[in-house]
Amino acid sequence: MKIVMAVIKPFKLEEVRDALTALGVHGLTVTEVKGYGRQKGHTEIYRGAEYAVSFLPKLKIEVAVASELVNQVIDAITAAARTGQIGDGKIFVTSLEKAVRIRTGETDVDAL
Amino acid sequence: MKFRPLLLPALGALGLSLALFDPALAQDAAAAAPTVNKGDTSWMLVSTILVILMTIPGLALFYGGLVRTKNMLSVLMQVFAVFSLVSILWAFYGYSLAFTSGGEGIGAFIGGFSKAFLAGVTTDSTADTFTKGVAIPEFTFIAFQLTFACITPALIVGAFAERIKFSAVMLFTGLWLTFVYLPIAHMVWFSEGYLFSLGALDFAGGTVVHINSGVAGLIGALLIGKRIGYGRDLLAPHSLTLTFVGACLLWVGWFGFNAGSNLEATGGAALALINTILAPAAAGLAWMTVEAMSKGKASLLGIASGAVAGLVAITPAAGLSGPMGSIVLGLVAGAVCYFAVTGVKNALGYDDALDVFGIHGVGGIIGAIGTGIVAAPSLGGYGVGEYSIGGQVWTQFIAVIITLVWTGIGSVVLYKITDLIVGLRVTQDQEREGLDLADHGERAYNY
Repeated sequence: MKIVMAVIKPFKLEEVRDALTALGVHGLTVTEVKGYGRQKGHTEIYRGAEYAVSFLPKLKIEVAVASELVNQVIDAITAAARTGQIGDGKIFVTSLEKAVRIRTGETDVDAL
Repeated sequence: MKFRPLLLPALGALGLSLALFDPALAQDAAAAAPTVNKGDTSWMLVSTILVILMTIPGLALFYGGLVRTKNMLSVLMQVFAVFSLVSILWAFYGYSLAFTSGGEGIGAFIGGFSKAFLAGVTTDSTADTFTKGVAIPEFTFIAFQLTFACITPALIVGAFAERIKFSAVMLFTGLWLTFVYLPIAHMVWFSEGYLFSLGALDFAGGTVVHINSGVAGLIGALLIGKRIGYGRDLLAPHSLTLTFVGACLLWVGWFGFNAGSNLEATGGAALALINTILAPAAAGLAWMTVEAMSKGKASLLGIASGAVAGLVAITPAAGLSGPMGSIVLGLVAGAVCYFAVTGVKNALGYDDALDVFGIHGVGGIIGAIGTGIVAAPSLGGYGVGEYSIGGQVWTQFIAVIITLVWTGIGSVVLYKITDLIVGLRVTQDQEREGLDLADHGERAYNY
């Protein structure tokens, strides 16, 4: 099993969700995050006080999937979240040792 | 006296003295008891309520939106508590010291205690208006003036927001009202007062309220020091939406402040009202335009700040300037205050957190001096007598200087006294945590 974690542009969430649902992925965790990569921030000015805001709002999505599904999930997220502009985000994949569905006690792939 | 209600509207703003038109009539009026008009009384009651609206919630929200989330309640609390404290002090001795005679000599600077605890004031007592023989109930006048005394120290809290101790705000407010506000109000507005006698024009409180609070704020910002992270961290406003709501309430409430200062529901009040629309509109546009030209974008905070600067500037001239004069005054105030807030403050490096000096101090000075120009009848103003622009501007200048010196020295001393007794500033840990939790044990938003 793998955890696919992706940082995406906030307005791309619905498209990513639809693409994952089409693959049969039925669970997704979303977190509002801030960060920076190659995309520059912006400047805010309040009564002449200028602030360089370098941390931009993004969404972090995390999805746990069976190992054989990982490449399809990566492709789906990549296709759905891409605008071609700088700041589209990144995808990280890590190994997942164990998963348990709390309600039934099912484990691992059955729990996903 | 049946003819009086018919005459009043006809005389309008210039009905300052019936003697101009009919000496016999004036003598007749002076001999009789002053008339209390229900229309005037109603207008003054409404105006009083409008000025309260301007302070709570108007000013509180305007300021509150400009601070960070962790300090929101502290600002709302300070404005509310200042309003409450000053109301009580006003009834105890404030009104008496400002608006009664202080006797020979000292009376030029401060009143006496003859009406302390509102002694002797009944529902039949009256206070004079600007028209001979026309009065309003004294309780109305007391309440109206109370609201001015309340908003002035409440304005100051913007300068040292986000780092002042709550106990320091309360102590300083009591001291400052007593030793700075009351003498200045007496000098400017009471007939035996020094600046009143000089002939300084201050229709609704440009010197008494705005220069006074602006300078006290500047000194507070200098003595208390910069906020932690000033010039380095993001100290952005937490809710410009609430600041917008507050700015709009300020504008609406200001109609009571300015048009109410006419003390009668006459053409003079209507003039003050229309000037209170035009000057801030012009000032908001001026600020917006200068900002867009220098920074590239027109901001909401910019136009709202400009409008407040225009409201401040038109305050002393509200019933004296013609409508076109008020637009000019507004344009000047909007542009100059923009540079005061964005350029001068950054160049000098003081942390006047919510720009009390940049807007109320600078706007107040522009308004006070400008009143000498726009009140000139030759420029469409309503100044009376043999009006000399140069002479009046000089008188206005003297009034500004006296106010600056009085409030400057007085505020330094009172801040020092406050610092000795309770301390002015919270600890660094408390400041980082936010005043809401440190001083009040609650937070503004629990999501």
